[in-house]
Order: sequence, then C-alpha cells, then structure tokens
Amino acid sequence: MSTRGSPTVHRGSHTAVQAWLLLLPASLILLAFTHWPVIGTLWHSFQSTPKGGRPPVWVGLENYQVMLDDPVFWKALVNNLWFAGATIPLSIGLALAMALWVNERIAGRTFLRMAYFTPTVLPMIAVANIWLFFYTPQYGLLEQLSGALGFGSHNWLGSPSTALGAVTLVAVWKEAGFFMIFYLAALQSLNPSLREAAAIEGASRWYFFRRVQWPLLMPTTLFVLINCVINAFRMVDHLFVLTRGGPDNASTLLLYHLYEVGFSFWDTGYASALTMVIIVALVGVTLLQFFVLDRKVHYR
Amino acid sequence: MQRNTFVKALAATALFTSLAGLAQAQAPVDLQFYYPVAVGGPIAKTIDGFAAGFMKENPNIKVTPIYAGTYQETIVKALTAHKSGTPPVTSVLLSTDMFTLIDEDAIVPFDDFAKTAEDKAWMGSFYKAFMANSQTGGKTWGIPFQRSTVVMYWNKELFKEAGLDPNKAPTTWAELKDAATKLTKKDAGGKTTQYGVQIPSSGFPYWLFQTLTTPNDTILANDAGTQVKFDDPKVIEALQFWVDLGKAGIHPPGVVEWGTTPKDFFEKKAAIIYTTTGNLTNIKANAKFDFGVGMIPGNKRKGSPTGGGNFYIFKKSTPAQQEAAFKFAKWVTQPERAAQWSMETGYVAVSQAAYDTPTLKKYGQDFPAALVARDQLPVSVAEFSTHENQRVTKALNDGLQAALTGTKTPAQAMQDAQKEADRILRSYK
Repeated sequence: MSTRGSPTVHRGSHTAVQAWLLLLPASLILLAFTHWPVIGTLWHSFQSTPKGGRPPVWVGLENYQVMLDDPVFWKALVNNLWFAGATIPLSIGLALAMALWVNERIAGRTFLRMAYFTPTVLPMIAVANIWLFFYTPQYGLLEQLSGALGFGSHNWLGSPSTALGAVTLVAVWKEAGFFMIFYLAALQSLNPSLREAAAIEGASRWYFFRRVQWPLLMPTTLFVLINCVINAFRMVDHLFVLTRGGPDNASTLLLYHLYEVGFSFWDTGYASALTMVIIVALVGVTLLQFFVLDRKVHYR
Repeated sequence: MQRNTFVKALAATALFTSLAGLAQAQAPVDLQFYYPVAVGGPIAKTIDGFAAGFMKENPNIKVTPIYAGTYQETIVKALTAHKSGTPPVTSVLLSTDMFTLIDEDAIVPFDDFAKTAEDKAWMGSFYKAFMANSQTGGKTWGIPFQRSTVVMYWNKELFKEAGLDPNKAPTTWAELKDAATKLTKKDAGGKTTQYGVQIPSSGFPYWLFQTLTTPNDTILANDAGTQVKFDDPKVIEALQFWVDLGKAGIHPPGVVEWGTTPKDFFEKKAAIIYTTTGNLTNIKANAKFDFGVGMIPGNKRKGSPTGGGNFYIFKKSTPAQQEAAFKFAKWVTQPERAAQWSMETGYVAVSQAAYDTPTLKKYGQDFPAALVARDQLPVSVAEFSTHENQRVTKALNDGLQAALTGTKTPAQAMQDAQKEADRILRSYK
C-alpha cells in the first residue's frame, strides 16, 4: 500500500512540505475534534466529578474501580456483545443476499432496490417509533400476525427475555439496506467476462459465488465489517424510544449506559472512564481488522 | 500593505466593540428562556404568545423562548450551558430536578427577589401540593408552571357491558380489583383480548408506583431528599398489589409501555388506565366512546403524586436578568394566564385563584373531567425526588421492573433498590 520511491533528497523534502500543507486543514480539524477530546477524556477519567463549587481532584484509577463494581456496566457489556454478535453477521448476510438478488435482471428491480434502501434513509428515531407499534402487545403488527397463526400474545419489549432481541432486530433492519448499496456497487464493478467464463465452464451459481464473487467482494466485506462493528457500539438511538434500556437493564447497551451516567447522573468522571473503555475496545478491534484481516483480503 | 490594513482593521474592530458595548448598556435586558414540551397540542404558539404579551407590557425586557425538546433534553442543554458558563436566564425543568440543580450550584432561590408584599403573596398563592417539591431548606427554588398529576381514566361503555355502573369509578383497591376482574375479557382460545386495568411501567415507573404507595400511606423519600425507604413493608405491599394484578391476569404482563397506553385505551384493550392529566386533551380528542376521569383509588388513604415542570432561575446570569426572570415567572402564573395555559394544554392550573377565574369556571362546568386533578390536589404528594435524583430513581425503576417482569420478588427487588440507594446517598447523610 505504501510507495517506496527514491526521489532526490531535495525534491523529496519539497514534496513532503507541500503534502503536509495540503493535509494541514484536515489534520487540524481532526486534532481539534477527535484527538484532543480523546486526550481530554483520558485526563478526566482520572479525576473526580466536579460538583457545584467543588473542583475535580485527581483520583487515579478509582473511576475504573467503580466500573468493575458496577453491575449495570457488566450487564451492558454482555448485552452489547450479544447485540454485536447478532447484528454483524445478520446484517452483512442480509445485505449480501439482497445485493445478489437485486443485481439480477428481474422485473421491478429499481423498486426493490429502493425498498431495501428505505430504512437507511429514515432517521433512527422515526424507525423506532414505527417498530414501537409493530411490537405493541395485543394489536401491534407482530401480534396480529402471530395471533392469525394461532400463537399466544407476547409483550416483546416488556419482558426481559425478548427485549434485547427486539431491539437487535430493529438495528439489523435499519442497517442491512445501507450495506447492500456497497455490495451492489462492488458486484456491478465485477468484470462480466468472469461470469461468461464460468458459464462456459459449466460452473453452478453457488460455485461461481463461492469461488469468484465472494473472494472478489472481500475488500467490500472488510469495509462493511468495520462499519458494522463500529455501529454495533454506536447505534443506541432506538433504545430511547423502544425500551430505555429496560426492563431492569435487560436491553441496555454500553453507549446508552454511558449517556445515562454522563447526562442523567452528571457523573462526568465515571462517564470519561466508560468512554475510554469503549474507545480502546473499538480502536483495538479496528486495528485487528486492518492489520490481520487486511492481509487475507485479495485486492485487485 | 497587509500589515497596515491589519492594524486598521484591528482598530476598527476595537472601536466597534466598545461602541457596541455602549449600546448594550441601554439595550433591553435579554431573557433567554428554555422550555420543554411533554404533551401534545400547539404549546409553542401559546408560549410565543405569552412572551409577546409580556414584552408589550415590559418593553425593557426581551424574552427569547427556546424550545429545548423533552424534559430530559432540556436539562441536559441547560446544565451543559451552565457548565460552559452561559446558561439560559430561566428554564422550565422538572420539579424533581431541584436537588440536582442545587447540587450543581446552578440556580438561585426565588425568595431573594420577592421584595414587596404583593410578591410574597404571589409566592404563597400556589397549591401546597405543588410547593412540596419546589421548596427545601426553607427556600423556594422553583415556581410551579406546567404541573400535572396522575389520574384514572375509565371507559364507560365497557363498564356498561360488564354490568358495572358507568358513572361510578372504583374508589378503593378492593373495588378496583373487583371491577378489573369483571372488565377482563378472554377469547375462545383463552387469550386475553381486554384487560381490566393498566398501569404503565416503562421509562419512569417510579411515578406510577407512587399512585400505589401514596394510597398505602407511605412516602418514598424524606423532604431533605437524603433518605429513601423502599424496603418499608408498606412499599413492598404496594408493589405486591401491582404484581398481583398482573398475576391475576387482569393487568397486562411484564413492563407496559407508557407511550402506547392512551392508544390501548382508545383500542379498548384496557378498560381502566392510569396516566397523567396532561393526556386529558389527547384522550378527549381521540376516544370514540364516553369516558370518565377519576381520582386514583385509595387504600389506607387517598392520594397521587404531582409531576411536571417548574420555573428555575440560573445563577450565572446578571442580577438584572434574574430580576427580569422573576418578573416573567410572576406574570405568566397570574390566574387568568394560568387558566388559559391549563385549558390549552390539559395541565393543572397552579393556584386556586386560576380556578376561580370566570373562563376556567365555565370550562369546568362544561367539562367536569378537567376539575378532577384539582380536586385530587389536597391529597396529592410530591413527586419522588432526592439528591443524585436520576441515579436513585434508576435504582427504584430497575427494582420495579424486575418485580413486574417476575425476575425478583417484590420484597427482594425493593431491598436491592434500597441497598443501591443507600450507597448512592451515603455522602448526603
């Protein structure tokens, strides 16, 4: 990926200055709004929460100790792992399936593509409000369907066993259409002669997908995967409408817990510590993906 | 050349700034005012109307009302602005946020501004039930504005179908249970199609829970907001009653969504619901059947919690601004305007004088349901509020939801919540 040219020293430094100047505006913004806040958060996470007249004091790792003892944090972490574990494969799988489907020459293709993409365009809060009525006990859409099929009534959002599953499903529904667009673009950029060659060789569709399309889609999959992992920790808007983390924290996620600690409890010290944990986890996962998975990906 | 221009520009800017500063001295007092909207209806229009009317009478004050979202979003915005040094001069925030705002050193009490006898009389004109969580430590920190309380709504048609007197609502727990049992309907397959009673429990179950603890003659927190008694046997008994309604199959199982409760009522899926008076206008407009509004059924006594928002004055504003905010709060809560506010929103008017105005009297005669909340006020109690309010409230909410979903027994849930609350409040003892 890197270029290893050997221009003369003089020209090289000149180009470097120019390059840095061009990068300067973007990097300044990045520094001011991303890197500096991260450092500030790290600093705050070692301090107590200022309250009224009392300024913050250095407390070392106390905020992290509090986290270890916080049952809601552990609950949120476990929930978040389930949430990520379900949304990532489901939304990628669904996106790929939809992309393969609407990539074919079928009637109403444009309409289908648009329909699949619609959830992405809607704001998450609107989506959550729609789903709130899908999940409503007794007369919600889901209830009417299950009632017609002869199943009993169920309070999807109001019972601890199904609340997390219900909010996960909404996230998958919202996300899959977005990732489909990337897969669709990648599929359309594949060389059509590959398909013709496969057809001449008599390869089955499954074989063609497994041996040709899937490997060639790997760069897209990596990109989608990274986005999907980040989204799994970032998407909490719908919780505010659907469950507010309840019942009894059954559907709470890390970022939602962080919001509660930071902006309901106003415990900025502890909230900073929680933020650091999320940042470290996300940066770790991203680095892993870039440096380990990236090597296994076939780029043209 | 560039250097020269730069210096000139600098000088011009300095001159302009100082001139602007001079102009500022004579400019009207700027009164930024945050308000949340928690019920339906064209509230923004009413508020803008109030601001315009006030400015007409006080040309030296410029009121800028800023709609700031829900209650939760509004306090987030107000406190964030406070921390960065530029809070609004005044804001309507939940009455239960009082201790939080005091702890953050964000607000000043109203008492210091009440100089004349008239001012003092105005501060004493509000219903006592509303002042309960506007005062602490002998000072008044909030002025009641958009206040509500929980009441009971019942479907008169379904009462008739079940052979009950449609004009007589249950007044005690025993009557409630009895009526709810008769009002519950099942289809051939044994599936419940209509529940007798529904008390929502998503989001802020502690508030609805107070409609059960208050009748059971117990108060969840002390006045100073430093102690709670969740593990009191009477509290556990109240929760047991709630859980038992669900177990008996006459109340929907699990956690019931607050937002869809009015719709459940419209769809005849619940014959009796508990919800805020703030929903009155909504239910009046959308219920396609005759409905009644009644006081919360009692047990050992009667009673319900109040709720809603107060005016607060922020500390980091100039004395002139604070004076102006005091004046505005006083102007807006005058009887005729409180009456107008009540009719347009469904909130409870905050003083007896408002209910004595001809307009509200007539409204009450035409639509008696609007007066139920007022009649309930003498037995109403303060909404649950403590120091570290949101955190303690969450401990209680989690406990309630655990009991309602059956993961813990009521006693276990309340003991766990008590332990957590004691831990959070340990530094306030």
